[in-house]
Amino acid sequence: MSSLDILLWSVLPYIAIGSFVIGLIWRYRYDKFSWTTRSSQIYEGRLLSIAGPLFHLGLFAVIGGHIVGLLIPKEWTETIGISQETYHIGAITMGGFAGVATVLGIILLIYRRRTTATVFAATTKNDKTMYLFLLATLLAGGVATLSGAGVIGRASNYRETVSPWFRSILFLQPDGTLMAQTPLPFRIHAVLGMLLFIIWPFTRLVHAMSAPIGYLFRPPIIYRTRDGRTNAGSSKARPGWEKVKY
Amino acid sequence: MKVMAQMGMVMNLDKCIGCHTCSVTCKHAWTNRSGLEYAWFNNVETRPGQGYPRRYEDQEKAKGGWVRTRGGRLRLKSGSKARRLLSIFSNPRMLNIKDYYEPWTYEYDNLISAPLGEQTPVARPKSLLTGKPMKIEWSANWDDDLGGGPENIEKDPILQKLAEDVTTKVKLAFEETFMFYLPRICEHCLNPACVAACPSGAIYKRAEDGIVLVDQQQCKGWRMCVSACPYKKIYFNHKTGKAEKCTMCYPRLEIGLPTVCSETCVGRLRYLGLFLYDADKVLEAASVENDQDLYQTQLDLMLDPYDPEVLTAARAEGIPEDWLIAAQKSPVYKLAKIYKIALPLHPEYRTMPMVWYVPPLSPIVDVLTETGHDGEEAGNLFGAIEALRIPIEYLAELFSAGDVDVVTGTLRKLSAMRSYMRDINLGREPRPEIPEAVGMDQENIYEMYRLLAIAKYEDRYVIPAAHTEQARELDHLGCSLDGIDGVEAMGGGPFGRSSGNPVPVTIENFQIMRDRQTK
Repeated sequence: MSSLDILLWSVLPYIAIGSFVIGLIWRYRYDKFSWTTRSSQIYEGRLLSIAGPLFHLGLFAVIGGHIVGLLIPKEWTETIGISQETYHIGAITMGGFAGVATVLGIILLIYRRRTTATVFAATTKNDKTMYLFLLATLLAGGVATLSGAGVIGRASNYRETVSPWFRSILFLQPDGTLMAQTPLPFRIHAVLGMLLFIIWPFTRLVHAMSAPIGYLFRPPIIYRTRDGRTNAGSSKARPGWEKVKY
Repeated sequence: MKVMAQMGMVMNLDKCIGCHTCSVTCKHAWTNRSGLEYAWFNNVETRPGQGYPRRYEDQEKAKGGWVRTRGGRLRLKSGSKARRLLSIFSNPRMLNIKDYYEPWTYEYDNLISAPLGEQTPVARPKSLLTGKPMKIEWSANWDDDLGGGPENIEKDPILQKLAEDVTTKVKLAFEETFMFYLPRICEHCLNPACVAACPSGAIYKRAEDGIVLVDQQQCKGWRMCVSACPYKKIYFNHKTGKAEKCTMCYPRLEIGLPTVCSETCVGRLRYLGLFLYDADKVLEAASVENDQDLYQTQLDLMLDPYDPEVLTAARAEGIPEDWLIAAQKSPVYKLAKIYKIALPLHPEYRTMPMVWYVPPLSPIVDVLTETGHDGEEAGNLFGAIEALRIPIEYLAELFSAGDVDVVTGTLRKLSAMRSYMRDINLGREPRPEIPEAVGMDQENIYEMYRLLAIAKYEDRYVIPAAHTEQARELDHLGCSLDGIDGVEAMGGGPFGRSSGNPVPVTIENFQIMRDRQTK
């Protein structure tokens, strides 16, 4: 295993996790005001009404597929009687639909962003960088899926390489050799994915972290008192700028 | 009984001359920032007219407010919570900037920097969204004073509703039409639809005074409130990606000053004061079956501030003594509950709005005078109110869910007051039968006249200051520049304009003014 392999498959994952977790905590504490979707629907709604749901719902399915594929060992699914072929066909069809929807969605979203003058004018450099990483990761993921299925290049079973590597990261015993032997598309997708997680907290992607599930369980009308510090209007004073107690 | 205090406002539409001073001063205080160029927390619209944003009263399109289900329960017109969460990726009811108007500026620089030529240089309009030249086709007051004529005015949702009944078809020939001005701010509802629609729980009602505010840190820009408010008084700041709204100038109210719109109102038509209401009964009151009963149930929520039982319950809730005195002196309580001449705007939206309106009598007096009658004679006026169906039905659609009797009742009181006071002013014998005809006594109608016509500043604005023992430390105590670099305040932090902590409006104004200075 070369030193590059060690760097990519045993060091970079922890950098990604560290940047993601610490970055989110930092942004939540110091820059909550910018933590928003920065929606552009007020400028343009027609294309968004198709592209928005297409991309997001597709992405949810893709994320679900990743969780199942990466976290659940092959042996477990085999124990409950799902053969490799059945799993593979299921993953390819469902993942295929989800992947196509997501990629179509993001292409439409980028098209909208570029061609609608108002939306384009509201696009920051930060947004452009984020879109680049997101699109690259998605496309590489699509190519990896095709390659794994044997459509391009040699067929390989990621559940014997990528998934155990991913779990070895979580168990803090990284086994980079597993990744080093996978086909190139998988390796590219993995690296791009890790880079995406590194920049995540510093882009508009943070809005994904505040999916409003709690909404379903709260009373309709909210009252707050002016002295209710825990839930009052603005956050605490910035660190270092607390009021002096006399 | 859970007694809560609510800061309310009453506007006397008879006195509104449509000068837009309230809108302009409000804009200078609150929305002269990029991202909110198109937003008017206070706007004045001419009725009949489409209003601002265009056709906001058409709830079939934007699905604002509440509806009563067949089972008698109240739910948002835009559907269930789950449905709203599913449409979070693209809110199908969301307004487009064009529903308000595309904000613009002019290329003023061209006037002095254009090279010498044949033509006089002009300042072309330039979009504030794209920076490109644009054609101005609409604004917040495009149909001001019935501007644009029948083509524009016919799109008024209320007129369209009335037009379904042929007998009330409004004539739009200019010599036969009528008009009045309707200034609008956030209604600070008792049952706010925006609060219920917010997925992040960022919008809340202040427990002390009922003012509805958006927590700027907690708002995530899901934009459900924008479409859920039936009055369309929540605006999406397209630079910060957060919802913003009328704050009822709470920093001013807290130190006992009236709102900017009230303070600067040329016609002195605004009244500010407290209501005490029973918070436990709000849901029940908003859920009555018949739309036309909503005005009465809303009125019934307002508690008598002299009732010892109410006072005991209010003290138990910790409402301070000077607030109770303010509630007793409250001009809005008098106008809404005692004289019953102030009506809520669109009670049928079931949000229990707390900005009330005294409907205008002037359109009727004008018509009467034009036909050669004495427009201020009680007998003539009473007859005319009943005879002139069109303005009355239009007003009823605005203020009483179409119940003509409610509007007629308030207009008869206003007519009685005019006639009764005319006799006094002309040195004639006052006629007690005039107030009696509208169910009031002489003393009562005289007090109403004083409040409507000659009330002083401290009678129109009865605002108890906030209590320091209740308030947490004030937000901008100390130097408000702390922690904010002057340049950074304008350019934004590392993640663009919207990043970093919110820049206090005062700082932003300071920067804008400094940029405008000629060096």
